Amino acid sequence: MSANMVALAYLVASVFFILALKGLSSPESARRGNLFGMVGMAIAVATTLTLTVNWPLILGCIAVGGVIGALVAQRVQMTAMPELVAFMHSLVGLAAVFIAIAAVNNPVSFGLPEILPAGSKLELFLGTFIGAMTWSGSVIAFLKLSGRMSGTPIVFSGQHMINLLLAVFMVGFGLWFFFSETTNWTAFIAMTAIAFILGFLIIIPIGGADMPVVISMLNSYSGWAAAGIGFSLGNPMLIIAGSLVGSSGAILSYIMCKAMNRPFLSVILGGFGSDGGTAVVDDGVQKTYRSGSAEDAAFLMGNADSVIIVPGYGLAVARAQHAVKELAELLHEKGVNVRFAIHPVAGRMPGHMNVLLAEAEIPYEQVLEMEEINSDFSNTDVVLVLGANDVVNPAANVPGSPIYGMPILDAHKARTVMVVKRSMAVGYAGLDNDLFYMDKTMMIFGDAKKVVEHMVKAL
Amino acid sequence: MIGEIDPVIINLTVFVLAIFVGYHVVWNVTPALHTPLMSVTNAISGIILVGAMLAAGPAETDWGVWLGAVAVTLAAINVFGGFLVSQRMLEMFKKKEKKGNA
Repeated sequence: MSANMVALAYLVASVFFILALKGLSSPESARRGNLFGMVGMAIAVATTLTLTVNWPLILGCIAVGGVIGALVAQRVQMTAMPELVAFMHSLVGLAAVFIAIAAVNNPVSFGLPEILPAGSKLELFLGTFIGAMTWSGSVIAFLKLSGRMSGTPIVFSGQHMINLLLAVFMVGFGLWFFFSETTNWTAFIAMTAIAFILGFLIIIPIGGADMPVVISMLNSYSGWAAAGIGFSLGNPMLIIAGSLVGSSGAILSYIMCKAMNRPFLSVILGGFGSDGGTAVVDDGVQKTYRSGSAEDAAFLMGNADSVIIVPGYGLAVARAQHAVKELAELLHEKGVNVRFAIHPVAGRMPGHMNVLLAEAEIPYEQVLEMEEINSDFSNTDVVLVLGANDVVNPAANVPGSPIYGMPILDAHKARTVMVVKRSMAVGYAGLDNDLFYMDKTMMIFGDAKKVVEHMVKAL
Repeated sequence: MIGEIDPVIINLTVFVLAIFVGYHVVWNVTPALHTPLMSVTNAISGIILVGAMLAAGPAETDWGVWLGAVAVTLAAINVFGGFLVSQRMLEMFKKKEKKGNA
C-alpha cells in the first residue's frame, strides 16, 4: 500500500473511533458504537499489517493476546470491573514503553532517520515516561482495587519532596538523552526506571475512596501515552485515538472530583482517609436513633406511592443486586413507583453502580442520575438507602462541615427514610451522618442482602 | 506551503483538534454508561497495537523485534478484552430495555 493509502485508511479508522464514543450517548446506540470501534481497530490493524514483513509472528501474537483478552472479558465479575480496567491501563503503559525502547533501538523500522532527530527524541521521552508511569501506577491501582494491597494511603514524611526530586532527575536524564549526539542508552534507561518508580510513588498515598479519580486519571494517562507514541512515529491515527482517550479520562476525573467535592490536586497529592478521623466533630450529645425490622420496612414500602432506592457500594459488596431487583419488581407489581437514585461516586469507578444494576436486569429507565432525581425526593414517600453513607449526608449543606459543598442525594427531604447498614460506623469521609438521627429515619441493621431478602419475603 | 511545515506542527494540529473532538463527544456520553466508556476507551488506547506491530515488523530479527512482539500481545489483550467486555456490559443494558417495554 502507498503511504497515502495507509494515511487514508488510518483516517477512516480514526473516524470510526470518534463514532464509537459518540454512540455511547445513549444505551440504544451504544452497542452500535462499540461495533464501530471494533471496525476501526480492524481497519487500523489490517492496514498496518501490510507494512510489516514479520506478519506471521505478529498475527500469532495478536491471536495469543486476543484469546487472553477474550477469556478475561468473558470471565470477569462486574464488581471487578475497576480492577480489570486498571489492569488494562497497565498493559497500554507497558506496551508504550516497549515500543519506545524498540524505536530507540531501531528507528528505521518506524520510518524514522537512523540517527534520531531531536524532535523524535523528545517525543520518545514523553511517550516512555507517560507509559512507564501509567504502568506502575495502574499496577498499584489494580492491587488496591482487588484487595491484594490495603486501600489505606501510604504516607511518609518528605514524600512530595522525594517525588519532586525524582521528577527533576527524570527530566535531567531526559535532557541528557535529548542532547546526546548518539543513542544514549544510559540516560534513556535511567529516565525510564525513574518514571516507573515515580508511578508507584504517586499512587501509593491515594486512599481507597479516591480510586474512582485515580482510575479515571490513569485512563487519561494511557491515552496520552498512545498519543505520545503517535507523535514519535508521526502517526496521526495514534494521536487522534490517544487524544480521544486522554480527554475522556480527564473529563471523567473532573466529574469524579466534582462529585466528591475534592480538588483534583489534593486527590493526587493523596493521604485522604488517613486524617479522616480528626474530622469527626463530637458535640458530646448522645444522639438517639430509631431502629426497625426488615418487615416493618417492607410494610411501609408496600403501602407507599413512591419509593426511591439509593444504592451504594455496600450493596455490591453484599452482592444484593438481585435481591434488590426482586424487591423493586414486587413493589412495582403493587403499584408503587420504584426508582433508583445513583450518585456519581456510588461505585468504585464512574458509572459502576449502573452496570451492577444493569447486570441484575433492573430496567435502566428506573435508574436515574443525581441531577435527574434530586428534585423528586421531597415528594417521595420512602427512601431506602442501601449501603450508602456520605452521598446522603446532609452535612454537605452545612457550611464548615468537612464535606460542605459536596453534591448529595437529597434523601433527607423524603417523608420517610430507611437506612440499611451494618452498624452506625462512619463512612469514608469519617463523618457522622445526621440523616441517621432524624425523626423520620428508621435504621435497619444487618447485611444488605439478608435484609433485602427479608423484605422480599415480607411483601 | 504544506511541504515547508515541520511534520511535528501538523501532528500538533491534529492533536489539539482531536482533544476538542474528544472533549465534546465525551461530555455527551450518558453518565449511566461511564463504565462502558472507560472500557471502550481502554480498547481504543489499544491502538498502540499499531506501534507495536511496526516494532515487531522488520525482517532482521533482533531483540527489538521480540520486544515489539511482546508489546503486540499486550496491546491485543487490551483491544480484545476492552471491546468484548464493553459488548458484554452493553448487552445488559439491552436486556433491560426489552423488559422495560414489556
